[in-house]
Amino acid sequence: MTQAQDVQDWIGKQIAGNEVVLFMKGTKAMPQCGFSMQVAQMLNQLGVAFKDINVLEDLGVRDGIKAYSNWPTIPQLYVKGEFVGGCDIVREMFQAGELQDLLTQKGIAHNAQTLTA
Amino acid sequence: MAMAVTEIERLIREGFPDAQVSIEDLAGDGDHYAATVVSEAFRGKSRVQQHQMVYDALKGQMGGALHALALKTSAPS
Repeated sequence: MTQAQDVQDWIGKQIAGNEVVLFMKGTKAMPQCGFSMQVAQMLNQLGVAFKDINVLEDLGVRDGIKAYSNWPTIPQLYVKGEFVGGCDIVREMFQAGELQDLLTQKGIAHNAQTLTA
Repeated sequence: MAMAVTEIERLIREGFPDAQVSIEDLAGDGDHYAATVVSEAFRGKSRVQQHQMVYDALKGQMGGALHALALKTSAPS
């Protein structure tokens, strides 16, 4: 119980301490799941600096982030403390230009590319 | 572990009786699906909330028996 709480606290700190956080399988340099890779690629295309957290390194974090967000799958994208979504939502927003708008609103540096993923 | 299209559709319809549901088996392996759900219940909700509602309807199968379900949700226009 304490351990699960520790994980929740740790996750909260990562989200609070980094403007853009992607919980993913693998790393941005070496994604280990197609869905995680897609989101990392979209962020890279937009030139967004983000913190990648590899959930495969820690089962506690892998389960913990699902509970934290009430979201059953990985990847999960957080921008300025707000849960944006998983792969489907991020792709939909990226293709509609809404992700770029969100980043602008939140004051996150990015380039204006709108290539489709 | 895999889940049949009919079972996914049944759970979604149970959660959203008014919904138009279409499900595609993407890889033909019973494990990678794409679902489109259109329901009045989604009106005024964010995308995250809409997807959470579908995941609730799937009663914890998402991320478990159901590995990959690409979701598209909307309210009827």
